Amino acid sequence: MRKLARHLAAMAAVVLVGGLLSATLVRLAPGFGADEQQLDSRLSSESIEALRQARARDRNIPGFYLHYLGRSLRGDLGESRTLNRPVRQLLAERLPVTARLVGAGLLAGWFCAVLLALGATMARKPACDLFATLVAGVFLSVPAAVLALLFVFASAPAYLVIALAVFPKVFSYTRNLLARSYGLPHLVTAYAKGLGPLRLLVWHVLPVAGTQLLAVAGISVSIALGAAIPVEALCGIAGVGQLAWQAALGRDLPLLVNLTGLVTVITLAANWGAELAGQGLGMRTA
Amino acid sequence: MRRVRQFAWLLLALVTLASLGAGLWAPADYAMQFREAPNFPPSHQHLLGTDELGRDRFSRVLYGSRVSLLMAPAAALLSTLLATLVGGVAGYLGGWWERAAMAATDLFLSMPWLFLLLAVRAMLPLNVSPITSIAVTFLLLGLLGWAASARVLCAGARGLRDSDFVLQARACGLSGPRLLAIHVMPNLRPALLAQFWISIPVFIISEANLGILGLGVSEPLPSWGGLLRELESFTSFGFEAWKLVPLVLLVLVVSSFQVILSRDEVYA
Repeated sequence: MRKLARHLAAMAAVVLVGGLLSATLVRLAPGFGADEQQLDSRLSSESIEALRQARARDRNIPGFYLHYLGRSLRGDLGESRTLNRPVRQLLAERLPVTARLVGAGLLAGWFCAVLLALGATMARKPACDLFATLVAGVFLSVPAAVLALLFVFASAPAYLVIALAVFPKVFSYTRNLLARSYGLPHLVTAYAKGLGPLRLLVWHVLPVAGTQLLAVAGISVSIALGAAIPVEALCGIAGVGQLAWQAALGRDLPLLVNLTGLVTVITLAANWGAELAGQGLGMRTA
Repeated sequence: MRRVRQFAWLLLALVTLASLGAGLWAPADYAMQFREAPNFPPSHQHLLGTDELGRDRFSRVLYGSRVSLLMAPAAALLSTLLATLVGGVAGYLGGWWERAAMAATDLFLSMPWLFLLLAVRAMLPLNVSPITSIAVTFLLLGLLGWAASARVLCAGARGLRDSDFVLQARACGLSGPRLLAIHVMPNLRPALLAQFWISIPVFIISEANLGILGLGVSEPLPSWGGLLRELESFTSFGFEAWKLVPLVLLVLVVSSFQVILSRDEVYA
């Protein structure tokens, strides 16, 4: 319980410091404070002055951040400049789309990676290992955006791009982890004594490698979320990744900062969830 | 594996030489438009055909490779220097410095790489000259890509700080900065080299992703990311295979870095 509280406190600290950095960057970005409305010739000088006064409040960085933080705590994440809609509403619409895409991609990527890593390690043939490493190496060298373009051309499901972005990294970690585990003296002895491959895997390898595999699971969420940007942008999927891309092109900084904050929280939660699960597993096997 | 590594070095050397000498063997300037020949297939005049604006694709691939292959190592050098400054020095000093540096590293690492790049890139002007866009893109990669390397270097420096020979040097009266420069940094060199090599393919791929999304190097200057944008209008593997040349080159170069890396990582 104390560990959980410590994790939550650390997460809150990271979000607060990250928010301050983001707010500072938004405040210092070129064009901050400029409002097209000030050029509207129909507005009187008093109205233009009132607009300037309203913007002047945001010039003080700590004040700007506190104001932003206060609104965020009340659930008001501001309004997107390019889409003219509340950020909260946009996130509520698009987050489930990205969650489904990333979830399916992670499952498929992990399935392929673990299967190939198991095959390469358990076959104990250099040719199998080399083949699996080559396959993973090729996908590691292709940008996710290129994969997305090729999948659009082939009319293949977009979640497979996420899977292919996650697969090579998970494969290389899993393969190295399994190879190390299979080389442990007690496992070599068990193998020499004729223990079946399935039993060896379930009873001896997975408890050793499980904790570290869970840590990789946390990292793979971050990889999948990163890959979601080109995939959604190029495959025309209305998710958070596409929103981030549109916000970047339109220099919609309030939207982009909120999106980055949200994705950071999701990544942190995934990493710490994986860490806690790993600690739980470690205590059980100890 | 040794032969594969030798082949990887050879390939990297060939591509680098070809791109460095782009001015010598490119049949045309990267921006020159043959207006009578847009979207032409390969011919004697245009070895890889032309793009939709009639620009010689072979020349653009050569010049684009130069941009990516020169700027990615420059960005990697910057990020490794920053990592040394943050991680190496913090690991050596220890205590409060180390805790603060690792907290900053954690903050950077908790943000997904592409989201962070997009957010910071969007805060800078998008409508800039091509040369400025190269500087902005690769400076950004260098300035934001130090966190993972800093963690590794911090661990290395911490190990050296507690080692016997550093303790003995300190007991002999060697001052902090001198100790750092003479004993700690030279011993961190294998880790520094490995981190430098790891960063290059990461930055090449990141630039490609940014370029395809329209946030990388501006036209008409070519880079691998910009060249790969052409795949948006790709219609057939059989009839337009030459459009895949930049992709094949990118995969070969990045794979070569990975193969060479597998050895450097062992040294680190």
